[in-house]
Amino acid sequence: MWTGDYVFVLENLVMKDFKIRYRNMSLGVFWSLLNPLIMMGVLTFVFTVVFPNNTIKSFPVFVLCGLMPYNFFALAWASGTNCLVDNAGLVKRVPIPRLVLPVASVLSNCVHLLIQIVVLLSFALAFGFGVNRYWWWLPLVWLLEIIFVMGLVMLCSAIDVYVRDVRYAVESSNLVLFWLVPIFYGFEVIPQRLAGIYEYNPVAALVLALRKILMEATPPPSTLMWKLTGSSLLVFVVGLMTFKGLERRFYEHL
Amino acid sequence: MERIVFRDVSKIFTLGGGRKLIQGHMRDWFHPAQRRKFTALCDINLTMREGESLAVVGANGAGKSTLLNLATRLCYPDKGVVEVNGRLAAVLELGNGFHGDLTGAENLRLCAALSGLSRQRVSEVFGSMVDFSGVGEFINQPLRTYSAGMVMRLAFSVAIHVDPDILVVDEVMAVGDQAFQAKCFERMLDFRRQGKTILCVSHAPETLRRMCDRAIWLDHGQIVARGSLDKVMTAYNGRTTNPV
Repeated sequence: MWTGDYVFVLENLVMKDFKIRYRNMSLGVFWSLLNPLIMMGVLTFVFTVVFPNNTIKSFPVFVLCGLMPYNFFALAWASGTNCLVDNAGLVKRVPIPRLVLPVASVLSNCVHLLIQIVVLLSFALAFGFGVNRYWWWLPLVWLLEIIFVMGLVMLCSAIDVYVRDVRYAVESSNLVLFWLVPIFYGFEVIPQRLAGIYEYNPVAALVLALRKILMEATPPPSTLMWKLTGSSLLVFVVGLMTFKGLERRFYEHL
Repeated sequence: MERIVFRDVSKIFTLGGGRKLIQGHMRDWFHPAQRRKFTALCDINLTMREGESLAVVGANGAGKSTLLNLATRLCYPDKGVVEVNGRLAAVLELGNGFHGDLTGAENLRLCAALSGLSRQRVSEVFGSMVDFSGVGEFINQPLRTYSAGMVMRLAFSVAIHVDPDILVVDEVMAVGDQAFQAKCFERMLDFRRQGKTILCVSHAPETLRRMCDRAIWLDHGQIVARGSLDKVMTAYNGRTTNPV
């Protein structure tokens, strides 16, 4: 039995990820801000100048509400899926509970998420969307997203040990999701018969909830919140159980 | 108190041959009997009580490391039961979890956390770990600027600051220069004097003689001799075994 200090291990693993990602960069953590801001600029240019639209006001904030959850999701999912194979040395040689690896991987992406949320909120304020009482919903919807990603990462990282193709499947899915998550289009343009299905996708649901809260100053619809909670918890439980089931033979397959 | 108990333990590895294409998976799925197997350990029975120190000797590929990995729960037996009672620390491969871009101090903390030291214990013994490693002012430099010997010394100083009931050591004693090796030995002997249980693999008879009083000899996954260290070493040195 490993009897160490879980919080201490997680903290150290998260700090390691964070430090090695930025230590040798002269711009340091600013890359965390620069990336989504550049994407925001490009998308805003394309959808206000090249294909002008008259329906969406404050397009930069609108697109940022889509980009931030998507970016976090895509990055956390892709890097988390590789976390066991990349740390094969730890899995094979250091008797730590293996579950700390995917958890640490997601948490280290949460550090960037925090920075990006600050940017998103500053943009919302700068474009004249004031603070409203529904901002209290924000921690909950982000938490659900993190739970969802964590479940997905536990599931995919465990399967990735056995079938290494998973990482490519994840990369392709992320490309597809960029178009299927309403990042640069509104929820209104989705046909009615598909809208219900869209809400089961936690990333899409989060985008919708963010826009409701930040731009329309209304609470997220309760059906949406139930679907978001349900699908996040379901994925988390499935991921955890799969991980627990598969971890006994990680040693043999790494 | 029984610290480590192996009861009829077998460990069998499937030789996949790196087949990871879909046809390989299908073949495994439909014809499980055709998978080639390798028996790393076969019906091992072993009991270690508190304060005992056991050496494991044998040729390369005899199953020594597999035995240690089973004791540390890095892998699980295919047959039989492995019981471990008490806090266990393993020194299987030095420098695992180290990262070249982190400084020596950061690596120390990370490695200590992974080895199961609590936050409080690390802050207590941190200075002592740095002293023991003897890397001096390099401690705040990135690890990639270290010499190989310095990296090993850093890793070893974490290992000896874990305060376990059971210590599992896999051929890592030949670290650093003579002065450092002497220091490491001294710490290992301390462990013995404190009545800790030590399970140790080494190819250096001198190391084993100073650390262990009992030994087992593994050959092709089976225990072919057990008893006092001298008796087993004599038998092992006069061996005629086939390489695996």
